[in-house]
Amino acid sequence: MKEILARHDTFPKLLQRNAERFGDRKVAMREKEFGIWQEFTWKEYHEHVNDFSLGLTSLGLARGDKVAIIGDNRPEWVWAEVAAQASGAVPLGLYQDSTLKEVAYVIDHSDSTFVVAEDQEQVDKILDIKDRLPKVRYIVYSDPRGMRGYGQPCLLDFQEVEEYGRKFGRKEPDLFRNNVAAGRSEDLAFICYTSGTTGFPKGAMLSFRNLLTMAANLMEVDPKRTTDEFVSFLPLAWIGEQMMCLSSALLTGFTVNFPEKPETVQENIREIGPNIMFSPPRIWENMTSTVQVKIMDASWLKRRMYHWALPIGYEYADTVFRKQKPDTLLLCRHRLAYYLVFRALKDRLGLLRIRTASTGGAALGPDVFKFFQAMGVNLKQIYGQTEISGISCIHRDGDINFDSVGKAIPETEIRISDAGEILSRSPSVFLGYYKSPEETETTLAGGWLHSGDAGYFTEDGHLVVIDRVKDVMRLNDGTVFSPQFIENKLKFSPYIKECVCFGNRREFLAAMICIDYPNVGKWAESRRVSYTTYTDLAAKPEVLSLLAKEVEKVNASLPPTTRVMRFVLLYKELDADDDELTRTRKVRRAFVEERYGHVIEGMYAGEASIPVDAIIKYQDGKTSQIRTKLAVQNL
Amino acid sequence: MPQLRIENLHLAFGGVKAINGVSIDAERGRIHAIIGPNGAGKTSVFNCISCVYRPQRGAIYYEGRRISGMKPDKVARLGIARTFQNIALFHHMTVLDNLMLGRHLFLKRGVFLGGIYLGPARSEEIENRKIVEDIIDFLEIEKIRKKPVGILPYGLRKRVELARALSLQPKLLLLDEPMAGMNIEEKEDMARFILDINEERGVTILLIEHDLGVVMDISHRVSVLDFGVKISEGKPEEVANDPHVVRAYIGEEDDFLRDLEERVSR
Repeated sequence: MKEILARHDTFPKLLQRNAERFGDRKVAMREKEFGIWQEFTWKEYHEHVNDFSLGLTSLGLARGDKVAIIGDNRPEWVWAEVAAQASGAVPLGLYQDSTLKEVAYVIDHSDSTFVVAEDQEQVDKILDIKDRLPKVRYIVYSDPRGMRGYGQPCLLDFQEVEEYGRKFGRKEPDLFRNNVAAGRSEDLAFICYTSGTTGFPKGAMLSFRNLLTMAANLMEVDPKRTTDEFVSFLPLAWIGEQMMCLSSALLTGFTVNFPEKPETVQENIREIGPNIMFSPPRIWENMTSTVQVKIMDASWLKRRMYHWALPIGYEYADTVFRKQKPDTLLLCRHRLAYYLVFRALKDRLGLLRIRTASTGGAALGPDVFKFFQAMGVNLKQIYGQTEISGISCIHRDGDINFDSVGKAIPETEIRISDAGEILSRSPSVFLGYYKSPEETETTLAGGWLHSGDAGYFTEDGHLVVIDRVKDVMRLNDGTVFSPQFIENKLKFSPYIKECVCFGNRREFLAAMICIDYPNVGKWAESRRVSYTTYTDLAAKPEVLSLLAKEVEKVNASLPPTTRVMRFVLLYKELDADDDELTRTRKVRRAFVEERYGHVIEGMYAGEASIPVDAIIKYQDGKTSQIRTKLAVQNL
Repeated sequence: MPQLRIENLHLAFGGVKAINGVSIDAERGRIHAIIGPNGAGKTSVFNCISCVYRPQRGAIYYEGRRISGMKPDKVARLGIARTFQNIALFHHMTVLDNLMLGRHLFLKRGVFLGGIYLGPARSEEIENRKIVEDIIDFLEIEKIRKKPVGILPYGLRKRVELARALSLQPKLLLLDEPMAGMNIEEKEDMARFILDINEERGVTILLIEHDLGVVMDISHRVSVLDFGVKISEGKPEEVANDPHVVRAYIGEEDDFLRDLEERVSR
């Protein structure tokens, strides 16, 4: 890896290398369209980047300019990014479901002069706020569907830009090659706007050196092969997807597959059967709850088989976790369970060919973790942040401890500060936040990257992350607990979609729980409990007692001092559109605590029920008033 | 010349006059809505165009050709497709199969070649599948491509019904209440699709719809029927202010009662 990086130290140079190495013989990307996986070879990838890059240059994109990209995962997204880099410009990604306010903020803050938007939906967003974005000169769209009536001169079709590029290339045949050769590894490669659990997003500036050393170091301990298949379905604006789709794919030359639609991801994963996977916890959590629900619906025989096989899987996984050798009997039983149940289950989930899978971004509940290990999916926990180009720690094969996040990757130093904060240092630590030197200084104080996470090392050198330093809570009697840890345990229940725990400077723990609408709905149907809406279902006494049982199950696994003593079922789901969650679906604790302040106070005041009078906003923009009473459940 | 000309159409079932001398001209490339209270004869007009019903008097011309009296399949071959008020799909078959069935009219190979999927039958299948996939992409129903229609929610079935009509690659599309029973979001989507079909594919659309808000927003021209008679026609804003139309809609109940009284007294 290091030899390659010595000579090909930027994304465009690596692309050139792969195009020369593989040409038309190897598929670089696939995109499902019209029901067929359409393929693009490395040569075609290179050609698109070549043309689009020259097209941008011919339209006046200068070195150092910024190019904002927004849209679902498609080849054009990646082409646009590498093309911008080849021209010496700096790309940045926007989450496709961002609100107007977020889009306007990021485009303006980053000084973008070009915006590459996927389709009409995204173009509409930008046109809506165009008068507030004086720096934007052109908006390029890749899907012309519905765009016929738009006369704005600043709008350009992706293919049109490529056509300009081809014309320009005939006039200046060496320009692209020279542009690529002018790139340096210290150049700013990408500005990664972090979702931010507090306030406006911050733009982390990452150089090619940052991104590529991280990928190379990770590969030393978690190798990826040229023949691997990868399915890209998480936002490309996220560092994790950048690391897989761009740095790792360009470095090794594996194939990246783009699903047909966001709704068809699960099916498409199954069709491809990827060898490597990297997803945040919610994807794995969704898979487990899907399995649990589908099993409820399965035939009697299948249900029995599943319930017979699962404990064997757990036993096997536990033995391996303890680093013991499973005895012959267990080995045989596990083999049998694998061929009868787990293999089919893995196939259903599209995980049959997984060689290495990882989860990161937030903590994954140990139960989910165990579930996948029981099935024989090599799931590993990783740890890192945008500011260190993605990953700094990962589990090694055969050395998995589901409470920890593994050990540091090569060239990475990690230590715990006196305050208990995790600090790290490596060549992948970012250049700083765009246009905010004070923030950069505090984050990089003393030459170490301050993560804001509290953690400790275990005896065998594994790093354990407790929670955000500022999120670790203390009960009045001094007991320290991590709300996230308890929430993750609760969320493993198929009936709980989201929950928030409280207890900082209080006598005991209380929780606000959002039920999982489809699963609880199914349960209610099978019990002949009739309901109309989410609010109605959450208010049913039967549902409350069902959830009480679930919470008690979790309580049994917690130390007595940090058990959830009271909870309410919230009348709505927490939603990113209401600012209650971030775009990566992390709870914005402070905001939620403020918004539902009276509910929390009610719980601690010992009221039997709390009146609610709220306005809720539907996705189509309609609002409606909700007047209900939340029953408080004591445990 | 209008693409579709309906001339003095009369249709009666026994003593009930469903259509009583209606004439409508639908211009090429336009969205033309037909509205009216229940029982005004809107669907009967559609049935006459697609030659399911044979009118007693009057004639229908499509691109200058007289089509009234033709066989329904012949009319479909000429480029007129329709959707039905109560969804007409095969519920146990997948969305894809339903759409491929929509192409059935254009398949030339028989049971034998088609059955063994060889030679010309194969290339024919691929060619038709391409057309169908294009429509699936257009209407954004990739996710349900292989799902049986019977398990789909109502709003999606309506969309599949539209896709089935589109798979005939029509030049004139008759939509019978495409938005009935939908929520606002589904209606917005459907309106978007209708506009896209009209503008991007250049298909003329004849639309029956009860949601007047949608009709006024998307159609170029509106005809109003009441008791089998055309009582008004024009641009949406003209029609909305026409006193006849207002009376037909608001006075509906009174008329209905009066009509009932008359019948009872007879």
